[in-house]
Amino acid sequence: MQTSAALIGDIPASRKALGRGLIIAASLGLAAVLVWQILFVSGNVEEGFDTWRPVLYAYLAWAVVLGVSQVIIRGEAGQRALFVLPAVLFTISMVIFPTAFGIYIAFTDWNLSSFEGRQFNGLDNLRALFEDSYYWNSLGNMAFYVAMVLVEYAIAFGLALLLNAEIRARRFFRVVFLLPFMLSPVAISWMVGKSLMEYRFGPAANLARFLGWEKPAFFTEPWIAKISIEVMDAWMYIPFMMILLLAGLQAMPRDVSEAARVDGANGWQTFWKITFPLMLPVSVTAIVLRIIFKLKLADIIINVTAGGPGGATDSVTSFIYREYRDRSNVGYGTMLAEFYLVIIIIFMLTLLRFVSRWLRKLD
Amino acid sequence: MSSTTSAIEAAAAAERSAARYDQSRAARIISRTAIYGALLLWAFICLFPIYWTLTTSFKTAKDVQQGALIPFVDFEPSWIGWKSLGLSPDTIFETSTVREEFLARFINSVMTSLSASMLAIVIGSLAAYGLSRFEYKWGPFRNKDISFFFLSQLILPPVVLALPFLVLYKEVAMLDSSIGLILLYALMVLPIVIWIMRDQFKSIPAELEEAALVDGLSSWGALLRIVVPISLPGMVAAFILSLVLCWNEYFFAALLTSTDAKTLPVMVASQTGSQGINWWSMAALSSAAIVPLCIVGILLERYIIKGLSTGAVK
Repeated sequence: MQTSAALIGDIPASRKALGRGLIIAASLGLAAVLVWQILFVSGNVEEGFDTWRPVLYAYLAWAVVLGVSQVIIRGEAGQRALFVLPAVLFTISMVIFPTAFGIYIAFTDWNLSSFEGRQFNGLDNLRALFEDSYYWNSLGNMAFYVAMVLVEYAIAFGLALLLNAEIRARRFFRVVFLLPFMLSPVAISWMVGKSLMEYRFGPAANLARFLGWEKPAFFTEPWIAKISIEVMDAWMYIPFMMILLLAGLQAMPRDVSEAARVDGANGWQTFWKITFPLMLPVSVTAIVLRIIFKLKLADIIINVTAGGPGGATDSVTSFIYREYRDRSNVGYGTMLAEFYLVIIIIFMLTLLRFVSRWLRKLD
Repeated sequence: MSSTTSAIEAAAAAERSAARYDQSRAARIISRTAIYGALLLWAFICLFPIYWTLTTSFKTAKDVQQGALIPFVDFEPSWIGWKSLGLSPDTIFETSTVREEFLARFINSVMTSLSASMLAIVIGSLAAYGLSRFEYKWGPFRNKDISFFFLSQLILPPVVLALPFLVLYKEVAMLDSSIGLILLYALMVLPIVIWIMRDQFKSIPAELEEAALVDGLSSWGALLRIVVPISLPGMVAAFILSLVLCWNEYFFAALLTSTDAKTLPVMVASQTGSQGINWWSMAALSSAAIVPLCIVGILLERYIIKGLSTGAVK
């Protein structure tokens, strides 16, 4: 592979100057549109655009010029940069910028229903956050939901083992087991949470009555409600872990477990001594990915319980959703979300460090 | 005499082995029964909610309240659910505002999820290809850092972006627009696409493109002519997975759309009428939201499993 230095060497200086000139011109253009619009919105200039959309177009044009000038300045190396550039620019403009903007919002008392508009209110939101028992309650619920990932993992592992056994109609069972993952959480919330688990006519309630639970109410007692939500979420996401684990099982060398069996180990011993240790890396991947998805849990809660009874089922996301929907409290809601992001990042970094150290120790 | 003893011994041995055979056969039958029992039980757990949804769309209020289960035995199926959407045999040729509303939501969902998946596949595949083939050095950032930057987006919870986007989209007049949703959905599935495609490209030997480069193709030409055709199965896998996630997305759609760009999940969620819930129409709507992906799942299961299990096994 050629080095980029050699590739740059072929480009004449005049072409490089042209490319640099293009970037500078585009940047100046973008800055001009931006400054003009800021001046217009702050009332210093009479003429301007109704919305910020032209600034967006200016940004798009700037991005295109940036890409073109990369090719002009750096030739082949520039062409290579074009592979990654769109995704990088897209992600930065869709994540970094809004998150930074969110941090600004988080320190204002912005309420969409109030007429006064936003005002910087310093650390008030943060102070309110620490006193908001409902928010901490929802964080506690998240801890419960995340811990339950281990139970989901055990079930998913069992199902993967079943699918990996010598069975007929393997494809049929695989398709059927995968289906819950494909279904719309909203439709499931209504048809399972509100209909199938309805305490008067739902088949789940009838079954529970048949099994001896006299008044089966899945969403009125705090702990039962929490478990009901968890069961529904588990039902949808167990296939996800199951597929990962099944792929791991199928990639495992068959002769290892067969050798163990010849040596007289029974199925239970083979599993704990051979299969489970060999599956640890896949298991860790599956659990970590599942936790990432779990931290976003919201749709089912919003639709089935709306956080009730008394916040017992609330996840952080569903709580913030209501904070906005019911109270239009953008400033405070954003502060809650940014704080949640910080917690997630710290939690995930700790988890990953712990896991990688643990795996290394096992080797 | 000795022949008799050996005959007896042989008979005893045969009996023992037969007993052992019987025993292992019994154990085998038990374990088979347990395996198939567990498989069937879980298959029932997976399928029953889908069955419940589909059958409920044919139940009248009375049948819903009785918790009727089996059509023609417990209840007489009627088209009531589909009639309420204007999709039953007798209403399908009449004009129906509900059907128009439903079709608009359905088409919104289709367009949004298809476009977002396409966008994510194009820019995600390009990035994955670049990262798997070339060495980048952008300031302090190398390939590993750029990859990590993309993958780390996976942990970003939607709620962190939702409120800032609400404000930003309002400022650029993109609130309640399909484009706004498409951009966000593409962002949501981009890390997954990059993950799958990077794995896919790594499995293709670089010699193939080097030969093409020698033949005078540029790196872009080599990608389009040589690499894309080979990696098509991986792209399909990433595309289907994106499609599933975008089709089912509710949170952003609920916050950022109101009338024009509303998608099917939002319509499903807003079905509570003044007299409670019309279960038959709710079930029909839910079926419409579920069935397309069930069909995709049954037909393209291979690709979904391929997409999901990428990177699980190293």
